[in-house]
Amino acid sequence: MKSMEKTVNEKDHIIPYRKFLHILILLILLTLTSVALTRIYLGALTVALALIIAAVKSSFVLRIFMHLKFESRLFTVLVTFVVLLICAVITITLLDYLFRQ
Amino acid sequence: MIAKSEIYRDDLASKFGMWLFLFTEMLLFGGLFIVYSVYRYRNSGAFHLAAQELSVTIGTINTIILLTSSTTIAMSITAIRKQDKRMALLLIGITIILGLAFLVNKYFEWGEHIRQHIYPGSSVLSSRGQGDVLFYGLYFFMTGLHALHIIVGLIFIGFVTTFISINRINSDRYVLLENCGLYWHLVDMIWIFLFPLFYLIT
Repeated sequence: MKSMEKTVNEKDHIIPYRKFLHILILLILLTLTSVALTRIYLGALTVALALIIAAVKSSFVLRIFMHLKFESRLFTVLVTFVVLLICAVITITLLDYLFRQ
Repeated sequence: MIAKSEIYRDDLASKFGMWLFLFTEMLLFGGLFIVYSVYRYRNSGAFHLAAQELSVTIGTINTIILLTSSTTIAMSITAIRKQDKRMALLLIGITIILGLAFLVNKYFEWGEHIRQHIYPGSSVLSSRGQGDVLFYGLYFFMTGLHALHIIVGLIFIGFVTTFISINRINSDRYVLLENCGLYWHLVDMIWIFLFPLFYLIT
């Protein structure tokens, strides 16, 4: 009977504890890297580097912690769309402020 | 038992619903990030000076706390699927403690600002000019809204903990724990962006 209660679309993938711990170490290292990088003055590069590192960290959180890597592709497509939408609106808004006469 | 097993359950749909809610959260914070970028662009000097007053140490510690709590809640799903209820409860307990530790740090951090009369509407802050007012207004609003999400997340985790202990969440039925994890990870992800924007980029 148990098998009937199981959902039709459940993927059987148990992520091992070790995998999560590896990702945690990686995320902490990335955090410390971004702290160290912003202590050195790199001008406009600092902003770009800090945001790129934040984006890399989020992609690990999304793919591993939030299971996007193992989930239906639909979720990845939708998340990508929402992220691109936010980026597009930020870019368009800033273009207006940068180039308005 | 037979009647129960015939109830149709769609975990994917539950997760889909949770993701749709998370999208609205992403758009909410996305909107605030737009406001931040524009105000930063228009008051770069003041934002530069004001950001230097925030403690990078507390910010870094809180980032590591949240990253660790995200890991423990993700690991609790592995534990529940391996039918290790004690391990799942232990991991989720650590998540709650870390979430509370984040709030305690936030309390001391905000307390320090308020002691120095830096809070929205204070005369000391107003006298420092528009750029500082905008920086601290956004700082208090965005980190405050984030802290509110931490509190909601902790209440959510509290319910999930109860459900695990009474076996309503088990190795066969754990989508609520997964959804709770998704919410907690999103709150973590928002902090991943708030941290460099307010503490690091000076």
